Amino acid sequence: MSAKNRKLNLKDKYQYLTRDMAWEPTYQDKKDIFPEEDFEGIKIKDWSKWEDPFRLTMDSYWKYQAEKEKKLYAIFDAFAQNNGHQNISDARYVNALKLFLSGVSPLEYAAFQGYAKVGRQFSGAGARVACQMQAIDELRHSQTQQHAMSHYNKHFNGLHDPAHMHDRVWFLSVPKSFFDDARSAGPFEFLTAISFSFEYVLTNLLFVPFMSGAAYNGDMATVTFGFSAQSDEARHMTLGLEVIKFILEQHEDNVPIIQKWIDKWFWRGFRLLSLVGMMMDYMLPNKVMSWAEAWETYYEKSGGALFKDLERYGIRPPKYQDVANAAKNHISHQAWATFYQYSKATNFHTWMPDESEMKWLAEKYPDSFDKYYRPRFEYWDRKQKEGERFYNDTLPQLCQVCQIPAIFTEHESPSVLSLRQVEYNEERYHFCSDGCADIFNDEPEKYIQAWLPVHQIYQGNCDGSNVSEVVSNYYNINLGKDNLDYDGSPDQKRWQEIKNNGSK
Amino acid sequence: MSVKAISEYTAEPMDTVDKFHGMQLMYIYWKNHLMFCASFAFLVDPEMSFESMLTNTFLPAIKDHPDSGKINFESATWLLNGNDFNASMELSLRENKIDHKSLLTITTPELNGLNSSAT
Repeated sequence: MSAKNRKLNLKDKYQYLTRDMAWEPTYQDKKDIFPEEDFEGIKIKDWSKWEDPFRLTMDSYWKYQAEKEKKLYAIFDAFAQNNGHQNISDARYVNALKLFLSGVSPLEYAAFQGYAKVGRQFSGAGARVACQMQAIDELRHSQTQQHAMSHYNKHFNGLHDPAHMHDRVWFLSVPKSFFDDARSAGPFEFLTAISFSFEYVLTNLLFVPFMSGAAYNGDMATVTFGFSAQSDEARHMTLGLEVIKFILEQHEDNVPIIQKWIDKWFWRGFRLLSLVGMMMDYMLPNKVMSWAEAWETYYEKSGGALFKDLERYGIRPPKYQDVANAAKNHISHQAWATFYQYSKATNFHTWMPDESEMKWLAEKYPDSFDKYYRPRFEYWDRKQKEGERFYNDTLPQLCQVCQIPAIFTEHESPSVLSLRQVEYNEERYHFCSDGCADIFNDEPEKYIQAWLPVHQIYQGNCDGSNVSEVVSNYYNINLGKDNLDYDGSPDQKRWQEIKNNGSK
Repeated sequence: MSVKAISEYTAEPMDTVDKFHGMQLMYIYWKNHLMFCASFAFLVDPEMSFESMLTNTFLPAIKDHPDSGKINFESATWLLNGNDFNASMELSLRENKIDHKSLLTITTPELNGLNSSAT
C-alpha cells in the first residue's frame, strides 16, 4: 500500500474491518459453529448479499458514540446543577418517567442481551457486526436513560428500584414477557420481532411520544437523551428493513415463516403499546397528540406504505390489523381506567382528567370518549370529591399471552369484553383477543409456562396474601407514597412547595 | 403446533390446580359493568356453595358499584365458560361443575351500569 493511499475509503474499510474478519472454517463443521442458524426453517443461500447501508465499522462507532456521550453527560450535569426538574410542566409528568424507567429502560437492557446472543448465531459476518453494534447501542440506551432520569429520583417517589420492579410488578410483566418471548425464540424470529416489527414498524409509536412528551413538558434531560439516541434508532430501523428484505430475497420458503412472525409480533407490539397510548392521552400535562393521531400517522400511513412495498415479496399486512386500527379509539382509555382502579399496586400515581382534559379527549375521540368512557370517569371524579376514591381491590383476569388484564373490548361492540378461551392438555387458558389466542395455539408449550402475576400471588409465591403485602414486600413499592392518587400525594405536596417557594 | 427448538421441547403448565393448595381459580365477568375494567380473578374453595360464593366473594368485589345492591339473582342469567348455566345455589362449586379456571358470566337484565352506559 503506498503512503498516499493509507486512508481507506468507506467501502474498503467496511470490507476489511467486517466481512474480511470472517473466514471459512476448515477443520470444524460450520453447523457446529452456528448451531442455531437452521432450526427455524429459514433458508439463507448467500450471506454476502447482506447489505449494511451505514457501513459503520467498530473504530468509527466508538468515536461517534464517545462524542455523543460527552455532550450528553455535560447536559445531564447542567440539568442537575440547575435543578432542571423545577422547570417541568407539572409533577404529574414525572409519572410518565416512572413508567418509562420501569417499563422501557429494562427492555433496552433485554435488547442488548438479545442482540449479543443472536449476533453470535449468524454465519454471515455483516449480520454479526450489525447485531454487535446494536447490542452496544441498547446497553448504552439503558444506561443513559437511567442517568437522564436519575435526577428525578432525588425529588420524586417511585423511581427507586426499576429493575427489581420490572421483574416482579404485575403490569411490568407485560413488557418483560414481550422481550422474554422474543429472546427465547430463534435468532431469525428475534430479528423479525425486534428489528423489524418493533424497531421498524412500531418504534415511532414508542420513541416519538415519550421524547416529544418530554419536550412539551420541559424535561430537558430526557429530550437530550432522545437526541443522543436518534442516530442509533435510525440505524436500527434501517437494519430492521434490511433484515426482512434480505431474508425474503434469500428463499421463497422463508415467506410464510416471516409472515407468521409479522402477524405475531405486530399483535404483541400493538398490545404492548397500550401503555404508551395511555401515557400520551392521560399522563402528559401538555399533550403532544392523541394516541389515535399517532397511530394514524405512524402506523396506518407509514405502515401502509411499508406493507405496500413488501407486497412484491408476497407479504401482506399483519393479520388483525383492522382490529388494531379500530381499537385506536379505545385502548388508551381502557388502560388508564385500569391503572386508575389498580393504583394501589403501581409505582406511579394516577388521577382523573380535569374538565379541560375531558374536553380535549372528547374532541380527539368524538366517537368513543363521551359515549363509553366519560360516564365512569365522571362518576369516579365525583366519588373522589366525596372522599371515596375508587380502588378495585380484587385482582383481574389476565391474558395468558400478552399478560395484560383482559380489559379490551370486542372490535364491533365496545361495551363487551373480548374474551377467548382455549383448552390444551385438559387445562383451560384465557385470552384477551383472537390475536393472542392465535399466538398461543401456534406454540402452546411456550405460553403454558407464563408467569402470570395474578396467579402467582394466589399460589402464595409473592410474599403476601393481599395486595398491600405483595406491593410492600415483593414489589418494593411504598404503599401510599409511591402510588395511589396524585391528589394528596407527597409528590404533589413537594411540587407545590417548589412552585410556592421558587428554588428550594 | 409444537415449538420449533434446537432440541426436544417440553414444558410444565404453571397454573395447574395442584399449585393452589386446595383452592382453585375462578373468574367472573359482570356484563355491562365496565367500571370494573376486567373480569375478576378469585381464589375460591371448590367446596363452598354457589350461594356462599356470591355472598362472600362476588358481592364484596362489586360493592363500590351503585348497581351492586340492586342485583336480582332470580332474574340474573349465567354462562359457564361460554355455555348456558343454571347454578344450584346450595350446591358446591365443584358440584356445579365450576372447575379450575372457569369463567362465569353474569347478566343482570335490569341493570346496565352507570346511567345505562354499560359501565
